[in-house]
Amino acid sequence: MTPTESLSITLSVNGATVAREVPARLSLADFLREELRLTGTHLGCEHGVCGACTVLLDGEPVRACLMLAVQARGHSVTTVEGLTPAGGGLTPLQAAFQRHHAVQCGFCTPGMLMTATALLAGNPSPSAEQVRDALSGNICRCTGYVQIVEAVMDAAAGAEA
Amino acid sequence: MNAPFVGQPVPRAEDVRFLTGRARYVDDIRPEGALHAVIARSPYGHARLLGVNKASIEGLPGIVGVIAADDIAHLPAEIPIRLAPLEGFQRFLQRPLASDRVRFVGEAVALIVATSRHAAEDALEQLEVEYEPLPAVVTYDAAREGAELLFPEAGTNVATRYSASMGDADAAFARADLVIERHMTAHRHTALPLETRGLIAHEEADGILRCWGATKVTQWNRRALAVMLGRPEHSMDLIEVDVGGGFGAKGEFYPEDFLIPFAALRFGAPVKWIEDRREHLLTTNHSREMEATVAIAFARDGTMLGMRAKVSADMGAYVRTNGGVVPAKAAQFLPGPYRMKDVALDVEALLTNKTPVGTLRGPGRYEAHFFRERLIDLAAEELGLDPAEIRRRNLLRPEDMPWSIGHLVPYEPPSAVDSSDVPAAFDAVTDAIGYEELRWEVRKPQPDGRLHGIGLACFVESSGAGPSETARVELREDGGLRVISGVSTQGQGHQTVLSQIAADAFDGGVPPSEIELLNGTASLIEGGFGTYHSRAVVVGGSAIHLAARSLRAKLLRVAAARLQLRAEDLVLAEGHLRREGSVQKLAALAEVRGWMREAGETPDATETFKPDGRTYTCGAHAAHVAVDTETGQVEVLRYIASEDVGRAINPLMVHGQAIGAAVQGIGAVFLDELVYDENGQLLTGSLADYLVATSSCFPNIESITLENSPSTLNPLGAKGAGEGGVVACAAAIANAIADALRPLGVEINHLPLGPDRLLRLIPEKPAP
Repeated sequence: MTPTESLSITLSVNGATVAREVPARLSLADFLREELRLTGTHLGCEHGVCGACTVLLDGEPVRACLMLAVQARGHSVTTVEGLTPAGGGLTPLQAAFQRHHAVQCGFCTPGMLMTATALLAGNPSPSAEQVRDALSGNICRCTGYVQIVEAVMDAAAGAEA
Repeated sequence: MNAPFVGQPVPRAEDVRFLTGRARYVDDIRPEGALHAVIARSPYGHARLLGVNKASIEGLPGIVGVIAADDIAHLPAEIPIRLAPLEGFQRFLQRPLASDRVRFVGEAVALIVATSRHAAEDALEQLEVEYEPLPAVVTYDAAREGAELLFPEAGTNVATRYSASMGDADAAFARADLVIERHMTAHRHTALPLETRGLIAHEEADGILRCWGATKVTQWNRRALAVMLGRPEHSMDLIEVDVGGGFGAKGEFYPEDFLIPFAALRFGAPVKWIEDRREHLLTTNHSREMEATVAIAFARDGTMLGMRAKVSADMGAYVRTNGGVVPAKAAQFLPGPYRMKDVALDVEALLTNKTPVGTLRGPGRYEAHFFRERLIDLAAEELGLDPAEIRRRNLLRPEDMPWSIGHLVPYEPPSAVDSSDVPAAFDAVTDAIGYEELRWEVRKPQPDGRLHGIGLACFVESSGAGPSETARVELREDGGLRVISGVSTQGQGHQTVLSQIAADAFDGGVPPSEIELLNGTASLIEGGFGTYHSRAVVVGGSAIHLAARSLRAKLLRVAAARLQLRAEDLVLAEGHLRREGSVQKLAALAEVRGWMREAGETPDATETFKPDGRTYTCGAHAAHVAVDTETGQVEVLRYIASEDVGRAINPLMVHGQAIGAAVQGIGAVFLDELVYDENGQLLTGSLADYLVATSSCFPNIESITLENSPSTLNPLGAKGAGEGGVVACAAAIANAIADALRPLGVEINHLPLGPDRLLRLIPEKPAP
């Protein structure tokens, strides 16, 4: 097989079944951005460090820049576009980000939201340290993280209440 | 939420699109039929460029064309200096593509355009470029000595030298009881916005060449591009879309800002280029690399009598658009917020075979405050004074305002600190950290076995650069407002903060949620200058304030005539016109807009705000650190930064700016570092090697926003709020570490201060 050879894949993206022919070398991030026009998944480094491209694969956060689209065959992918409730509005986590001013330029935001969503799914009431640990693979250059951690804690507390 | 809106922590209106994945950054734009560009870059720090063999990739799949230096030789293609044009700099400007010599790793030598990015990158691997390596210049001394020259025709690697002074430094030093002098260095690092640079250019059917992905100073860049392409300015536009961070580095005119539009014209199709992270680290402006020998003269009581300094900045291989801002501002801010009137400075800018430098959040200040604040602590120790006390004895006082800071910058007029209460800003951090107790606590043996220290630093910071800014405010058909401004946005949240200003200037008659902002794009309004030097709110916001006031006056005048009432009896509220003292609505603003049309008045107003000078913030930082002398690891136990911003338009956002800036600045002390080897190879060319602060690094950062000293130079009383959080970080952290390591006799004079560097300073324990 050559890198440019096409393969057919079927997967679930944000709850919808998607079938496409894709080159073997196409990354999952490029597939989402270019093929599906889901541009909320961002590319900050393309070598797996910055976390801007984080999506959920069967509920677990992964780097979409380090995965090939063909590797997602048969799996379920959730992007930031899939978080927003049907009919619009914001999830409690997204609303907490706005309330706490956890967004500045917004480039890291989708990756932060995906990582935090996975954290809260597995641990609904994390400590601040656990939140910081979970988010430590997502670089933010604007906020200094303080407000992001506050937002995640607040969303967790709100879900508990 | 009701008026006044200024001063309220209004959540950002723009957040929704960022939170739902609907923002539109340049890489999110996919024009139909777009071609993709990649850039062949020099693998050598210094080499003769013998040739680019375009034929080597001809006929490869998807290749549309290759552009090399000979293709642009007929154009006046040197990238001009935008700011700080010091004497001699004109000899060292960068051309978009190297022609006969490459001067840093990453310098562009050719542009490959293909039908897909994959095809372009595949071809890049095949492109033959011939070089003859030359010895690289990578140190200050090698640059000064000039045995190897970057520009042989100039005969020197010294881009400029100048001296500046105020008062009589010789006299001050002659009466000194103590002189503290050290050689100190600040290290090369970079802004590293999370979104890299990128551009899309296309000459559309209407004959307008449009470039998406521009930011910061689109108006100036459009003028520069017009000259370089030989096209009229009005035949092109630079369009700002969402920008994933800038911090000074993004949006300057880089080689690609010429090459991508040039390629779009040459190939008659949209051309897209997205910088990858390695390219970013190699080509986007670096900053902060500087050495200085600084001496301060003290009287026995700690009074700072005067200063002498020699500052040398490593400019990298070319003088770029920011000219001499970095060295000149470092020199200007060396005296800091202290009553020191006798200062003599020598400044030089040196060329080396490294990436060219530009501005980075708090350019020059971060370095200067580090140099000076270290010396103050050394003096305190010599004089047996407490570090807080020696500062208090010298800080500028409110009654000193305005405080002349002389004519220390050759390309600027003399300047003065407009208003400031530095002692209050200093007390705010010493009180918050509990300095009086903590300074004794840190001396005691600690249960964690580490050495603790506390560090203080004070700063003054300029903002609100001129020359002016223009804004237009329009009353929309639906009764909302449309604000058009020449400032640009790299993620700061201007939609929200500028709407708050417009809402209040309009008497709160239209809430911020009904005010839209159009800004950033070059063609939107004449008389715009963009965003830099913390000017968007200070200067841009003031222009919006004036324009909204002007529209309000016009609207009330028309309405008064129509209603046969006095204008001063009319008020604006909840999108309506009311009579003063009455709850009855006379007309919706949408209707009043119609009256204005009927009266022959346009429902808009345009005003220009031209500040009389810059406005200065002040503040202080305090750090409590714990140093593990076995590992060299430093934990920042608590960090507090204060800044007197004059007036906080949106305290939530001011706080966010301060915290974010502080984490950038503290991170740079320990993590960010661009390392070159002796051949000019960048050894930190990925995010695996170039480290930045993550969420687990610095959890204990606090900020204190003060509004003690409203600016006297603008109608808002506002001062910059984005840079004070960063400028004193190296100073406060270094002082805290030095305080911790004082029992070991360690002095901190050089940045950065990662574990490897500290371990080299910490003497090994004698064997038991």
